[in-house]
Amino acid sequence: MKLITAVIKPHRLDEVKDALQSFGVHGLTVTEASGYGRQRGHTEVYRGAEYTVDLVPKIRIEVLVEDADAHELLDVIVKAARTGKIGDGKVWSVPVDDAVRVRTGERGPDAL
Amino acid sequence: MPPGILTLAADKVTLSPANTGFMLISSALVMVMTPALAFFYGGMVRVKSVLNMLMMSFISLGIVTILWVLYGFGLAFGTDKGSLIGWDGHFAGLSGIGLTQLWGTTNIPIYVFAVFQLMFAVITPALISGALADRVKFTAWALFIALWVTVVYFPVAHWVWGDGGWLFKLGVIDFAGGTAVHINAGAAALGAILVVGKRIGFKKDPMRPHSLPLVMLGAGLLWFGWFGFNAGSWLNNDDGVAAVAFVNTQVATAAAMLGWLAYEKLRHGSFTTLGAASGAVAGLVAITPACGCVSPLGAIAVGVIAGVLCAMAVGLKYKFGYDDSLDVIGVHLVGGVTGSLLIGLFATGGVQSTAKGVFYGGGWDQMGKQAVGVVSVLLYSLVVSFILAKAIDLVMGFRIGADEEIAGIDQAAHAETAYDFTGAGGGAMARKGPALGETLTKKVDA
Repeated sequence: MKLITAVIKPHRLDEVKDALQSFGVHGLTVTEASGYGRQRGHTEVYRGAEYTVDLVPKIRIEVLVEDADAHELLDVIVKAARTGKIGDGKVWSVPVDDAVRVRTGERGPDAL
Repeated sequence: MPPGILTLAADKVTLSPANTGFMLISSALVMVMTPALAFFYGGMVRVKSVLNMLMMSFISLGIVTILWVLYGFGLAFGTDKGSLIGWDGHFAGLSGIGLTQLWGTTNIPIYVFAVFQLMFAVITPALISGALADRVKFTAWALFIALWVTVVYFPVAHWVWGDGGWLFKLGVIDFAGGTAVHINAGAAALGAILVVGKRIGFKKDPMRPHSLPLVMLGAGLLWFGWFGFNAGSWLNNDDGVAAVAFVNTQVATAAAMLGWLAYEKLRHGSFTTLGAASGAVAGLVAITPACGCVSPLGAIAVGVIAGVLCAMAVGLKYKFGYDDSLDVIGVHLVGGVTGSLLIGLFATGGVQSTAKGVFYGGGWDQMGKQAVGVVSVLLYSLVVSFILAKAIDLVMGFRIGADEEIAGIDQAAHAETAYDFTGAGGGAMARKGPALGETLTKKVDA
């Protein structure tokens, strides 16, 4: 199993969610996050005083998938999240040892 | 303002219901300006000090009202003593005034004039508070207000508007308070912050406004209340001058907002909401002394010039290193000086006063008088406010502790916080005895 984490622009959430559903992903976790990448943040001006706001709002999506799907799913998310402008975010996957469905006690791929 | 007292029986003049109604409404409009100012300022401070900011304005409604009734009205508008101060025994406590005694030639009761002027006395010290945001003891601030109105505002109001006041006699035009209110408050703000000092983290930590919608709401309500402030200052609506003042107030404010926005678009690249609100207030300030003596076109000029100048002036604090938190100096002092001096250029001679400005063939005479008014009020207020603040600082300390300032003055001064951000609603009630529910149950059982 793999845990795929995507940090994306908030306004791309719906597109990514739809793409994940079309791909057949049954569940996902969404968290509001903030951070910056190479683009850093933005500047706000109040009566001429400039403030640099480093941390910009992002959405973090986490999905557990089977190993065979992971590679393709990264592409699906990237395609749905991309705007082509700076600050589109990142997607990565990491191996997961085990998972349990709390209600039934099913383990491993059956729990997904 | 036409000074002097007339009495119904003695002078056979009649109370004007129209003027009286107009002035009661104007007084109520000016009253709204103080809570409006509280929200204008309150939105500009950080979350941790918004309540204190609101309270610094609100407390003025309490303190100044009582002092005005006790002796303020007498000092400002009583019989002249040496052109510097007034006094009338029967104004003390507003107790010796009859229902039928009228103020001036406007046929309104003295009570109405007194309450209208009271609202001016209330908002003027509240204006100062914006410069001291986040960092002064509430008790010290309350004492400062009481002393300041007594030795600065009441005398200066007499100079400018009192029958026999030396600036009034000199012919300085201040229709609704450019010198008495705005220059006075702006200079006092400078005097006070020279004593109080900078906020911790000034020029280092971000001190962004916590709620620009509150700022816009406050600015909008100020604009609304300002019609009473300016149009009401003619004390009657018999001759159209109040109407001109009303029109000029609207026109100059609009022009100043556009001027400020244009400047910041060129200078910083964006049309900001804070700029729109600030520009509007700058225009209101600048047209205040001039709204009775310029034409609507002149009001546009006054507004644009004030909008741009004030937008430029708010950056001065970073250049010179004084911490005027919410730009009381940049907006009220600079705006007030601008409006007062521009009278010397744009006065038409055909409305409130026959004095003409340079552009209407009047030469530099009126400009000279305006400059005397500006400089004298500025210096008097600056010096006396500095001395008052210094004395308070020596006796009881003007500032709160550094730890309290960093944690937030709302908690330290008022034991409250403005917003509850905890989803679960916070902790248990800290009270002795049974919980609220238990008490209720017992009562029901009994």
